[in-house]
Amino acid sequence: MRIFLKVWRQASPDAQGRFVDYTAEDVSPDMSFLEMLDVVNERLIMQGEDPIAFDSDCREGICGTCGFMVSGIAHGPDPGTTVCQLHMRRFKDGMRLTLEPWRARAFQVLKDLVVDRSAFDRIIQAGGYTSVNVGGAPDGNAVLVGKTASDKAMDSAACIGCGACVAACKNASAALFTSAKISQMALLPQGQVERFQRVVKMVDRHDEEGFGSCSNEGECEAVCPKEIPITNIARMNREYFRALLFSRD
Amino acid sequence: MTLDSNVPGGPLAEKWDRHRFESKLVNPANRRRYTIIVVGTGLAGASAASSLGELGYNVLSFCIQDSPRRAHSIAAQGGINAAKNYQNDGDSIHRLFYDTVKGGDYRSREANVYRLAQLSVNIIDQCVAQGVPFAREYGGMLDNRSFGGAQVSRTFYARGQTGQQLLLGAYQSLMRQVEKGTVRSLPNREMLDLVLVNGQARGVIIRNLITGELERYAADAVLLCTGGYGTAYYLSTNAVGSNVTASWRAHKRGAYFANPCFTQIHPTCIPVSGSAQSKLTLMSESLRNDGRVWVPKNPGERRPPQQIPEEDRDYYLERRYPSFGNLVPRDVASRNAKAVCDEGRGVGESGLAVYLDFADAIKRLGLEVIRGRYGNLFDMYTKITDEDPYRLPMRIYPAIHYTMGGLWVDYNLMSTIPGLHVLGEANFSDHGANRLGASALMQGLADGYFVIPYTLAHYLAGSTLPAVSVDHEAFREAEAGVQGQIDRLLAVKGSRTPRQLHRELGQVLWDNVGMARSEASLRTALARIPQLREEFWQNVSVPGPKNNLNKNLEYAGRVADYLEFAEVLTLDALHRTESCGGHFRDESQTPDGEAQRDDENFSYVAAWEFQGVGKAPALHKEPLTFEYVKPTQRSYK
Ligand SMILES: Cc1cc2nc3c(=O)[nH]c(=O)nc-3n(C[C@H](O)[C@H](O)[C@H](O)COP(=O)(O)OP(=O)(O)OC[C@H]3O[C@@H](n4cnc5c(N)ncnc54)[C@H](O)[C@@H]3O)c2cc1C
Ligand code: FES
Repeated sequence: MRIFLKVWRQASPDAQGRFVDYTAEDVSPDMSFLEMLDVVNERLIMQGEDPIAFDSDCREGICGTCGFMVSGIAHGPDPGTTVCQLHMRRFKDGMRLTLEPWRARAFQVLKDLVVDRSAFDRIIQAGGYTSVNVGGAPDGNAVLVGKTASDKAMDSAACIGCGACVAACKNASAALFTSAKISQMALLPQGQVERFQRVVKMVDRHDEEGFGSCSNEGECEAVCPKEIPITNIARMNREYFRALLFSRD
Repeated sequence: MTLDSNVPGGPLAEKWDRHRFESKLVNPANRRRYTIIVVGTGLAGASAASSLGELGYNVLSFCIQDSPRRAHSIAAQGGINAAKNYQNDGDSIHRLFYDTVKGGDYRSREANVYRLAQLSVNIIDQCVAQGVPFAREYGGMLDNRSFGGAQVSRTFYARGQTGQQLLLGAYQSLMRQVEKGTVRSLPNREMLDLVLVNGQARGVIIRNLITGELERYAADAVLLCTGGYGTAYYLSTNAVGSNVTASWRAHKRGAYFANPCFTQIHPTCIPVSGSAQSKLTLMSESLRNDGRVWVPKNPGERRPPQQIPEEDRDYYLERRYPSFGNLVPRDVASRNAKAVCDEGRGVGESGLAVYLDFADAIKRLGLEVIRGRYGNLFDMYTKITDEDPYRLPMRIYPAIHYTMGGLWVDYNLMSTIPGLHVLGEANFSDHGANRLGASALMQGLADGYFVIPYTLAHYLAGSTLPAVSVDHEAFREAEAGVQGQIDRLLAVKGSRTPRQLHRELGQVLWDNVGMARSEASLRTALARIPQLREEFWQNVSVPGPKNNLNKNLEYAGRVADYLEFAEVLTLDALHRTESCGGHFRDESQTPDGEAQRDDENFSYVAAWEFQGVGKAPALHKEPLTFEYVKPTQRSYK
């Protein structure tokens, strides 16, 4: 197969970016999307040109490192799939694809398709944990956790922090990301002690980082490679209001 | 230098307690005066950095990814072992200890393994308290499964994402310390050299992967938690950014490298499909609980699998190992897959695959049960291969997965460089010649949460550590060395890509230092590796800027290190003429083709001391003694 690519090239955060055309030749249907880009880059390197910068690590859809827009869709057209798990058999010979980085106020472009997602770390930093030091934890079975609660918590905890939800949202909101962690903790007994402080701190930090607010468009859920549902956002909103009403400390 | 393991005296079960009591402590008020560098944020690094932060040390935490949460540990699927005996099925600390020593084919240190088994129970408690959503039973208790052929159910898991959930637990603890100001998180940074002052590890040279600038950091101790070196083989189940660079550069500064030839090859991975392939995907070991492994009886068989009748199929694991069958350990399953493919009976286009067939299990249990057990794995398989394992047998083949070898450490996890501690997969300590499933996560967290807080304090309190600034001559010298290497890489301006050369190196290692090794194959590799290294430095192409984000430059530096490291790996394999664990020497087999260990001559840890690139490293031996588990030849017949 042959695929025609229009790729966003931007040398550094404050450089001017532009689209550049590339042709991916000899693409096999068994290649992953990133392997197709590897081949394009191999050619560029042999010609002494700066290859296209894109991020990846695990290449099996779990680390959340990869991610860019493929013709307007975060992680490309397959639902529930990161771009590293997207395979070229999904595309037809001669197709034209446009590759762009995540675009959001809180995600600065660093180079080409690579963006700065450190704001996600800072949201977790604000309260995405239980404040327990190593040492004094009670026996793992001391507190029983219902299977349903634990399964639901796991559904939320499956978030890989890739940033697709932000890129897909017209408000560039990170509500899905933030709410997934808040939900996980709110569903588990271990998360109860700091339940109210957590949601307030994390939501406030989310806003401070320059993410927009959620207007229930559902675009985030549609592109999420882990199919995290927007019911998490509804739960976060409930938690937030309860915290404002009931929190006394 | 004699290798002193510093294993404390006394009976096995009391050693760790006794050691903790006898260790020196650092006064809480003094801890913030100590700066500790932790390189890596996988299970080992994140747990160490957060625990040390909680204790009040001033911690600097580095990783190469853009966030500490993305370390390779995130990809672990199956689970984590702990001797909780929640299932009342006969497990105990002693049994986990015994299984690990035996599984490691008697090439690990008893005292370390015992401590690991003891600490395993605390890990689960800690993770539960962090809110790790482990699988539960209906009554609300923690669920367990049996993993990798273990006879007890001691594996805790969070769906197929155990590594992710454990790592996020550790990462969140780390972020909590960042918020408190005890830990500084420095992602997008690659350690490129270790700085020694008066023979002690006192700092690192780091390349900022966004700006390209070199940065210097000074500290009172350095912890390397930088993972394994499986990616030396190019194709592996590891994340593509995993590398040997930090370990290798520390080795060049004097840290001994132990047992590099002990590599683990996982039997159930999706086979290679083309030359552009960049990594191999693991299919969980649990599949062998219900899948039957087979190949055609006749070489050159052309029929599709469903048309091959029973009498023309060879269920070779069931045939050769009637009592363990498809559940033989990883190394045995892998070697047998290679053997049948070498006989020309491999399947698929490349002939480098065997079938893993669920037809009988589906017949016996029904499609829904199989879907319930393995649905997500089957989906993943379909996504990658475009084949439906509910109708056709899976094709699988072994791939490099884990490395038991690593930097040599003593009981305190300290390397041969004072102050340089090594944790997690990067050290060699607990798995001997073969690691059991679900034990790497356990070791990483034991090292970070529960061992290093004690042993590091002991080191700090017992050492003289004069103030050192980054203006010290040693920092200048180390930085100049790193800069020199970067400049050299950019200056070659050849025509071959780092990936091409890495792939070639990987092929040489896979063919010659892979599942079965012989003197001849190892000598072939030893002849090829220096040629490849030469080719690299003559002909590599690294375009683009040095003072900017340049992934190809990062990668080239890592490939340069693999090309040096591969020689030690091969030399170690050559010198160890016995077969043991993941290291199978063709020359050392029993009459029926099984691995033959040689305890008389090889019951030791081989620790290699760097002597210069391309020069034979010096061998140091740490003898292994077994007081509590009597070595026997493993048999799965
Ligand atoms: C697919 C897969 C499945 C697995 N499943 C299981 C399982 O079910 N159970 C189990 O017990 N084990 C499993 N393992 C093994 C286990 O995941 C690893 O051994 C373990 O996670 C290693 O943890 P670590 O902390 O030592 O290193 P890693 O998680 O590899 O972390 C290394 C860290 O070092 C950093 N780093 C590396 N080099 C540098 C440098 N030069 N400068 C700065 N930072 C650097 C990286 O950024 C990273 O943060 C699996 C492995 C794979 C590949
Ligand atoms: S590279 Fe890890 S999720 Fe894509």
